[in-house]
Amino acid sequence: MGMTLAQAILSKKVGRPVSEGEIVLVDLDFMMGQDGTSPLAIKVFKEMGGKKVFDPSKIALVIDHSSPSPNHGVSQLHDMMRKFARETGVILYDIGDGVCHQLLPEMGHVVPGDVVIGADSHTCTYGALGAFATGVGSTDLAAAMISGKTWFKVPETIKIILNGNLPKGVFSKDIFLEIARRLTADGATYKALEYHGSTISELSMDARFTIANMAIEVGAKVGLFLPDDVSISYARSHSKRNFVPVFPDKDAVYENEVEIDVNKLTPLVAAPHTVDNVKPLEELEGTPIQQAFIGTCTNGRLEDLEIAARILAGKKINPDTRLIIAPASKKVLKEAVKSGIFEVLLDAGAVFVTPGCGACVGTHNGVPADGENVISTANRNFKGRMGNPNAFIYLASPATVAASALEGKIADPRKYIS
Amino acid sequence: MELKGKAHKFGDDINTDYIISGRYKFKTLDMNELAKHIMEDLDPDFYSKLNPGDFIVAGKNFGCGSSREQAPLAIKHANVSAVIAKSFARIFFRNSVNVGLMLIEADTDLIDDGDELVILPKEGLIKNVTKGIDIPFKPLPDFMIKILSDGGLVEHFKKHGGYSF
Repeated sequence: MGMTLAQAILSKKVGRPVSEGEIVLVDLDFMMGQDGTSPLAIKVFKEMGGKKVFDPSKIALVIDHSSPSPNHGVSQLHDMMRKFARETGVILYDIGDGVCHQLLPEMGHVVPGDVVIGADSHTCTYGALGAFATGVGSTDLAAAMISGKTWFKVPETIKIILNGNLPKGVFSKDIFLEIARRLTADGATYKALEYHGSTISELSMDARFTIANMAIEVGAKVGLFLPDDVSISYARSHSKRNFVPVFPDKDAVYENEVEIDVNKLTPLVAAPHTVDNVKPLEELEGTPIQQAFIGTCTNGRLEDLEIAARILAGKKINPDTRLIIAPASKKVLKEAVKSGIFEVLLDAGAVFVTPGCGACVGTHNGVPADGENVISTANRNFKGRMGNPNAFIYLASPATVAASALEGKIADPRKYIS
Repeated sequence: MELKGKAHKFGDDINTDYIISGRYKFKTLDMNELAKHIMEDLDPDFYSKLNPGDFIVAGKNFGCGSSREQAPLAIKHANVSAVIAKSFARIFFRNSVNVGLMLIEADTDLIDDGDELVILPKEGLIKNVTKGIDIPFKPLPDFMIKILSDGGLVEHFKKHGGYSF
């Protein structure tokens, strides 16, 4: 019986064929914590008797969730992370460097075939590179910083087949919203997603990161793309590490298959307050929008800003709507400045904040008022997610968010794309 | 060992933002402080309704969303003795084992808000005293029981110097 990609990667690490459902202890290639989870991991590391980390070059701490610090309490926690990085030699990405899930691939820390954990649920993003990457909590990270290992239950896999070409105005975010609509919030709990089909070769790395990033929103452990020319050349150009890509067997056995005819997709929106509350844009068109947000580990990459700039070039956003943009990293910001996208967006009325997670997680940089509607490129629209339980969050592609900022209401991006 | 307390019932897909909002969790490592805010966005008075030993009871996919370990820690520090749900999200599940919070997967349609429950973990049984019915559940895998019985992963590491399954 052939192996799925999840099985193949874990088998290679363990050095023997592993079966689904089996618990395996695995050596990790890289691990990460952010400022919402690292302070607790550091505390637990010390409680466990940790003196030094197993390998400082395989650990990154990223200050991105409340960055720069909005208050005294957070400042103390950031200080704790900086001191720990100095003491142990682990890699520290400080304020403004970017969102952890953009930084790890961008800085070459993750390559195809890796096994990676992060104390952040969207660590599954690196599945776009064909890496088995998943979110854990602070205690798991602490134990991994000491031992270099963690345990996994080898997951069953749902095969997702994406066939056809993306229609005008439809993007990778819409593909995942369709997956969320079909699988629902717990449709893949404990399971791996593995992407196949003809659509994938036309998807850029940025587009793939969006899809892999949201695997957790259907409960999945990982969202894996098979390595191909696009992902291998991305890894080679960003990382100095040598790697051998890992592939599933042709006769792999999948728990379930979901096929999506991408040709037929239209722009989609996840309405409040769950990610699987997905509706065709037409049903929500005209909903007034007070704040539009482009950014996050889902859709804050250069391609996302380019898409927004194409729609907003030479225009002004609605005067009753705020447009906040958080580039996913300093590098993305620099490239946006260099290419002129930054100026186009500024001229259209956008406000840029420090590369980081703030608005998405409700720590600062864009907390909505009571009763306000927000349209966002993020991955979660839970009640209170952006810092106010009395606001309403709609999730959509950067194109839909840009079009909505322009009109001051949920709007169809297809009108603005030639 | 048996656990006794009252059921506080919630629905499906209770995410970690609801358990402890990002408004609080990014600011402090004081879990007793965070405990005061558990479930606040769903029920602002929830913490004041809890008595030590009570249970949180929910539908499917409890603990979905972010990886914040503050979620099971805040529940534990609110003196909730166990969470009973139809199913749990995976990161929440491993975090709970790691911090020593007991999770039980059972048919929670048989429990209503306010029901008095007695849990017999070894027997794999929930006694719904109010309704006079027994609800069976499947015990956790052995290695998780080992971590839980060591008192969580910190104590497990201190005792064994690393993972010991």
